[in-house]
Amino acid sequence: MQFSEHWLRSLVDISLSTEALCDLLTMAGLEVEQVLPAAPPFTGIVVARVLTLDKHPDADKLKLCTVDAGQGAALQIVCGAPNVAVGMVVPCALVGAQLPGMTIRRAKVRGVESNGMLCSARELGMSDDHSGLLALAADAPLGQDIRQHLGLDDNLITLKLTPNRADCLSLTGIAREVAALTGGALKLPQVAPVAAAQELTRAVVLDAPDACPRYCGRVISGVDAAAASPQWLVQRLERSGIRSISALVDVTNYVMLELGQPLHAFDNAHLEGSIHVRYPAPGERLKLLNGDTVTPERDTALIADEAGGSRALALAGIMGGEDSGIGGATKDLFLESAYFSPQAIAGKARALGFSSDASHRYERGVDFVLQRQAIERATQLVLEICGGVPGPVVEAVAAAHLPKRAEVKLRSARAVRVIGCPFSADQIGLILKGLGFPLRRDGDDFYVTPPSYRFDIEIEEDLIEEIARVFGYDNIPALPPTGSLAMLAVPEEQRSVMGLRHLVAERDYQELVNFSFVDAAWERDFCASEAPVVLANPIASQMGVMRSSLIGGLVNALVFNLKRRVNRVRVFEIGRCFRRDGQAQPVPGFAQPQRLAALAAGPADPEQWGEKSRNADFYDVKCDLEALFAPRLLRFEVVDHPALHPGRAARVMLEGQAIGVVGELHPRWVQKYELAALGNSAPVVFEIELGALLAHPLPSLAEVSRFPSVVRDLALLVAHDLPLQPLLDAMKGAAPAIVRAIELFDQYQGAGVAPDQKSLAFRIVMQDTEKTLADADADAVVAGLVDAATKEFGARLRA
Amino acid sequence: MPATEALDQIVSQARDEFARAADPAQLEQAKARYLGKSGSITEQMKGLGKVSPDERRLLGAAINAAKDQIEAALAARREALQNAALEAQLAAEALDVTLPGRGRKRGGLHPVSLTLERIEQLFRSIGFEVADGPEIETDWHNFTALNTPENHPARSMHDTFYLEDAPGLLLRTHTSPVQIRYMQQHAARYAHLERMPEIRIIAPGRVYRVDSDATHSPMFHQVEGLMVGERVSFADLKGVVADFLRRYFESDELKPRFRPSFFPFTEPSAEIDLAFTSGPLEGRWLEIGGCGVVHPNVLRHGGIDPERYTGFAFGMGPDRLTMLRYGIADLRLFFDGDLRFLAQFQ
Repeated sequence: MQFSEHWLRSLVDISLSTEALCDLLTMAGLEVEQVLPAAPPFTGIVVARVLTLDKHPDADKLKLCTVDAGQGAALQIVCGAPNVAVGMVVPCALVGAQLPGMTIRRAKVRGVESNGMLCSARELGMSDDHSGLLALAADAPLGQDIRQHLGLDDNLITLKLTPNRADCLSLTGIAREVAALTGGALKLPQVAPVAAAQELTRAVVLDAPDACPRYCGRVISGVDAAAASPQWLVQRLERSGIRSISALVDVTNYVMLELGQPLHAFDNAHLEGSIHVRYPAPGERLKLLNGDTVTPERDTALIADEAGGSRALALAGIMGGEDSGIGGATKDLFLESAYFSPQAIAGKARALGFSSDASHRYERGVDFVLQRQAIERATQLVLEICGGVPGPVVEAVAAAHLPKRAEVKLRSARAVRVIGCPFSADQIGLILKGLGFPLRRDGDDFYVTPPSYRFDIEIEEDLIEEIARVFGYDNIPALPPTGSLAMLAVPEEQRSVMGLRHLVAERDYQELVNFSFVDAAWERDFCASEAPVVLANPIASQMGVMRSSLIGGLVNALVFNLKRRVNRVRVFEIGRCFRRDGQAQPVPGFAQPQRLAALAAGPADPEQWGEKSRNADFYDVKCDLEALFAPRLLRFEVVDHPALHPGRAARVMLEGQAIGVVGELHPRWVQKYELAALGNSAPVVFEIELGALLAHPLPSLAEVSRFPSVVRDLALLVAHDLPLQPLLDAMKGAAPAIVRAIELFDQYQGAGVAPDQKSLAFRIVMQDTEKTLADADADAVVAGLVDAATKEFGARLRA
Repeated sequence: MPATEALDQIVSQARDEFARAADPAQLEQAKARYLGKSGSITEQMKGLGKVSPDERRLLGAAINAAKDQIEAALAARREALQNAALEAQLAAEALDVTLPGRGRKRGGLHPVSLTLERIEQLFRSIGFEVADGPEIETDWHNFTALNTPENHPARSMHDTFYLEDAPGLLLRTHTSPVQIRYMQQHAARYAHLERMPEIRIIAPGRVYRVDSDATHSPMFHQVEGLMVGERVSFADLKGVVADFLRRYFESDELKPRFRPSFFPFTEPSAEIDLAFTSGPLEGRWLEIGGCGVVHPNVLRHGGIDPERYTGFAFGMGPDRLTMLRYGIADLRLFFDGDLRFLAQFQ
């Protein structure tokens, strides 16, 4: 809502400066978003009349004028404007005038003395029009300061109104609010009813009384649609951000700004029979003023007449129709001033893809007793500007459907409790009275009848908010809350997400936050997902679907950084993934698990002296993953995953549950995402369910033996493609309790080992809690392990 | 030459010879020449048998004294040689201590995580727990239960992402739906008690709105706060939020502004503004969140009696707090994964 400060000051006494006024409004909940001066700061420009006009002796395009600028003697001024004419009244910058970026001096222009400058609208900062001098009214007082003459010492104030304050979508409403806040006297324009001067009317029938409980209409015949809007009206509209269109349209807009009542003007010659407010017939279409043809929904009320039985004219409270609107040829007018209920209008314009000043006001609530006053005000202005003969006002009312204003009870003690400030009942009474709300008092309770212009006062809290607002939030104390001191639970078997972030960061990964919506291609590539969760209204097509994996975002970050020549990238993200799942809770149909994913690419360690650089590989990342889970042990199974190299990827298992994957990015994606071209080998990624990472068992202690341990090393020859895990499982299965650890410490293929074989070296640690182990005991155990490996996998002891 | 003079000379020779020994081997050879089987001192000892008992006692004492002196000289020289050897070794082993350390370094948390961690710590210190909720939300939890029914004009304040083919579901536009989910659980959990324990939670998380420029991202963070009890007021809300901001920015001079505003789910409602204290925007107010007393309809949707209990709620933007805290000008830096930016927050 933009408006002219002058206009507001004309409606209410304000002793505050502009700044203080804006502060007052902002701190009362009418946020001032912007204050712009109506004109740039300039001085020394006055009203002047062109007295004589001659050709410049030495320049074709320049003219020599004498002007009366009210300075006594006439001034000689050289002027180049094409529209300069004798008798014209124009702004004239006198010698010494300060304009933005220049000072006017007495000067010689092509040898002729010039004592000032005649100005266009642009020099006054009123518009960009530099095509000619700004023509002022012929009777403008010569010599008067132009700032005063045009009211340029004004400010354009823009309010960012919240949806509950529709009452401030008008100058009257803002003035009323200022009066309540400051006690300044209101000076609203008096609107006397305009008596009918003819009998011409149009009956109004409310076929949809729930949508339109009140409709005032009036015929005004014989108007001059081509009459020019007066300067003051144009200026007030323009300073409120509304372009002047024609006198009739300007009047309807002006009344809307002044009172808050949207009006619509029909060309009466285009109407037939009575006016109806009704719901549309199935498939009924209407061409709107903005050129759109719409098929309104069943619950969108229309204004219609009786042409051909019934014909839609306008979308009630939203926008007029193209065929029935006024134009330059309009002679007879049918003015509409109606109350449409917020429920009938809410969301309708948005559903049709636009918004209008009328729908904006109606869906928030227009004063439902204002219609007659508004139509009288508009009539008065139309007659003043365009002439014409008014008919009587026709008013149709469905009283049962008008909003009710039930008394709202306010308990002083409740206000004190909610606000936390010890108001007295008297203080509360004063504030309510200042707001102009009709009220009665019973002890410390107040019964308030909300005014017809307020749609946000229905319950006690609404009044409490008014009390707090008018009292001033700044005046409410800021107190530390008091409560009982109870400790928070700190579950030891549950790590915090924040703690996990630190653990991952300690392993040299940098946390990222990537968008949850991704390119559908990522879903296909990294998740083989052909049916991702799709956004109906994405911000861009490459952010069209919800991710079901964090991997795409990490690869994207890798590409981003490689392009910026950061070649060692170790990143992680914790976030939700999204997929369809009929069983999902708490939001049915969509599983939203939180995961942690990490990616390592480039050198395992930063390039450094004394170490040979090598790229991070599967086993480096596996080690990071294992460290995050320690002391719990993970198991890894071969997995076929769309994002990963089929021979270098594993499903991560914890206590029999699959909790994620780890592996090298599939060479296809290394190629497609230009990682190879950017000089990077395949990155290694893992993605794990967050819940599995957060669980962290209490330590479970094993007895520390007093007896020495015995260590045996053992090398086994097995088939070259035998994975370690089953072999290890077989040996562990055969191991008695004294075996504390079986650890692989070397894997060898090459000279001395057959090409289809490999040698695996294990260290066996044995220890008894009851006695010192004899060599014979240890030898027997190792023999048992070898035996198990041989039986199941044909392993042989390496000589 | 009297015997004692001869002994003095031997001692003096031994000292010189030890001093000339350049290494332990030479020193041992020199030692043999004095203290060995045919060394000078040993020879002197052998001559004792030839003198009278009286003389023998005197001479014996003198020889022993000379022997002690030679042994002391020997020990001193041994130590000196050892010290020299150690020093030589240490000198040879010296490192360039200015070469950089080797090994892996450390990563870091995202700057917004750092902020969220501080927020969690500060609120935990006054008994607020961390709660969580889904990001694909139902329209009911995101709007209706928060007193924003369908077609409410306030819905146009949030440009909402909707899911295709999933009517009634959306990407949450704020963290406030966590309020509803938490209140319902809490109320059910303590339904058997005469008095419901206070609710004190914060709920940090990602939220989504159809908006994108230098100061708006289609995905951003919010921290919801909720306190519900028998005596919770707007003054408490002001107290907690102001306290938090002063602790977060570690500045007692900080003066947040509470400006009346409108949210369907709180009443009275306020915007929280903070003024820039430096930089090009000094003196300008920046909106960092909204707050208010929980609307009775919201408490009802949470299963809580609004006549008996009152509460406050706030929603703050940790992204903006992070920008203010660390002097970051462009919100988009948080989301494009640039390590040159992120690695500065270790």
